[in-house]
Amino acid sequence: MSQKIKAAIIGPGNIGTDLLMKAQRSALIEPVWMVGVDPDSPGLARAAEMGLKTTSEGVDGMLATMREDGVQICFDATSAYVHAENSRKVNEQGALMIDLTPAAIGPYCIPPVNLKQALDAKSMNVNMVTCGGQATIPMVAAVSRVQPVSYGEIVATVSSKSVGPGTRKNIDEFTRTTAGAVERVGGAKQGKAIIVINPAEPPLIMRDTIHCLTESEPDQAAITESVHAMVAEVQKYVPGYRLKNGPVFDGNRVSMFMEVEGLGDFLPKYAGNLDIMTAAGLRTAEMFAEEILAGRFNPSAA
Amino acid sequence: MNIAGKKVTLHDMCLRDGMHAKRHLISLDEMVAIAKGLDEAGMPLIEVTHGDGLGGASVNYGFPAHTDEEYLEAVVGAVKNARISALLLPGIGTVDHLKMAAELGVKTIRVATHCTEADVSEQHIGMARKMGLDTVGFLMMTHMIEPAQIVEQAKLMESYGANCIYCTDSAGYLLPDQVKDRIAMLRQELNPETELGFHAHHNLSLGVMNSLVAIEAGANRIDGSAAGLGAGAGNTPLEVLVAVMDRMDVDHGIDLYKIMDVAEDLVTPIMDQPIRIDRDALTLGYAGVYSSFLLFAKRAQQKYGVPSRDILVELGRRRTVGGQEDMIEDLALDMAKERGLI
Repeated sequence: MSQKIKAAIIGPGNIGTDLLMKAQRSALIEPVWMVGVDPDSPGLARAAEMGLKTTSEGVDGMLATMREDGVQICFDATSAYVHAENSRKVNEQGALMIDLTPAAIGPYCIPPVNLKQALDAKSMNVNMVTCGGQATIPMVAAVSRVQPVSYGEIVATVSSKSVGPGTRKNIDEFTRTTAGAVERVGGAKQGKAIIVINPAEPPLIMRDTIHCLTESEPDQAAITESVHAMVAEVQKYVPGYRLKNGPVFDGNRVSMFMEVEGLGDFLPKYAGNLDIMTAAGLRTAEMFAEEILAGRFNPSAA
Repeated sequence: MNIAGKKVTLHDMCLRDGMHAKRHLISLDEMVAIAKGLDEAGMPLIEVTHGDGLGGASVNYGFPAHTDEEYLEAVVGAVKNARISALLLPGIGTVDHLKMAAELGVKTIRVATHCTEADVSEQHIGMARKMGLDTVGFLMMTHMIEPAQIVEQAKLMESYGANCIYCTDSAGYLLPDQVKDRIAMLRQELNPETELGFHAHHNLSLGVMNSLVAIEAGANRIDGSAAGLGAGAGNTPLEVLVAVMDRMDVDHGIDLYKIMDVAEDLVTPIMDQPIRIDRDALTLGYAGVYSSFLLFAKRAQQKYGVPSRDILVELGRRRTVGGQEDMIEDLALDMAKERGLI
């Protein structure tokens, strides 16, 4: 059996549990810790049943032994408010942090677009942007790698049931963080993000629209090819990532209409928005794990 | 119906909801002239924003002729007595937009969410209230849920700091009894000091009637629009509502002839198309579809050959909500493929 890198998941909620189920199938990551704050959390109980070490005392409950347990990668699936502290603590123990909250203290990572740069930078904290960002920024990048994009806009429509209280309390953070990453990772000179929440029953599958305005007349053949190639890249870790319509060309506007269906591990299939976060987080961890196993990266306390 | 003596605050929408019908391209001169006319007619509240609220400038909803800042600056400086309000949809605009609007002299902020999603407005309502603004929670598409559910959501907004709650008929779908049930239950369940508003679309020709019913059931703020300029078949035409309220002895504070003149001489001439209940606007009201989808569906018909009525009916069947304009082209493409048109 090939060697795996040991990992801890902080946050035993829906995202953390879904991530755990995905990580258990990984050839490169072995989840060994689940960290929570509530002793009655069903997510902690579930993780314990699966053989993980658990604590309900937050990250502090794991710190004393995480080094000897061999934890080299941590995932934070809690909230932006506590992320910075969590990250500092696990970094001190020599573990790399993959941030699934919108805290964004580390560089943004959209795996098919800039994972390689994130690896090269050997950063001890990488941020997974937002669900809308994971679903749409690959498409912005697919256009901007063909020709300059003056403006990139994404509209993410998600089912009401898949939007948790944290996101609802600070929905501005979603729009700001996503718009920022449309620029910095997607390569649009100006970025805009819109989120729409729909309560229909049965819940709708996450859908995303991406509009790019190119500086000059769009090269339709090259953009179409680039978009299809990028869709295939994302499908490697999110098989339910689909280009429904487009690219549509209208003057300098290039539009793509996507649907994102999740794998349905712990989260329901319609919640592709959450699935793409956990899948992208795991994908990122696996790439770092490859680097660590190959001896090219040695996460250590700063 | 006896609503004599009731005091009603009217709120004009032609420079915000009317932006939908104008594809957000009203000029600064037109805005200023209309706002001055409304002010002189005694209109206490005038909304000025992109149709989709602050920050609505986008490919998805349309780029306006001018920025939010330019419009607000021009209009705030032009009126003497009227208060200027701005709309904000969390998910589109942010608290940064809200602060900008307040700095430019906006006194009323209306924070709008889909009727089941009030909890995304906590940040924005809280901030507006903290800044001392007249803070309105604006629940959209209220035909989609029952009165008791609306009350639940309204109470959330009230708890965040809203001093006024709106029950909004974004699709122009509600029948008079449904308006009555919603407003009456809200009036009964909300704090007595919380104001209550109603916003109509005229898609089933019920804008004036439903507004009267809302007043009778306890609403004290009523939205409308001079000449009805607004999304779909427009909003309640204010000059008509004022004439009716005049005859019913409602205390509305508006000069009827002056508002008639604003509608006739200033607003009607800027219309790109007559604001009337055409086949598509009627479909909105009949199928319960967000009124600003109207022009998008017409454009999709032109581009892809699928009848706009078919597109709108399907949007209703899928229970789309406000803001899902991007769905229209996507759906038109699907339907065109199915029908072998492309």
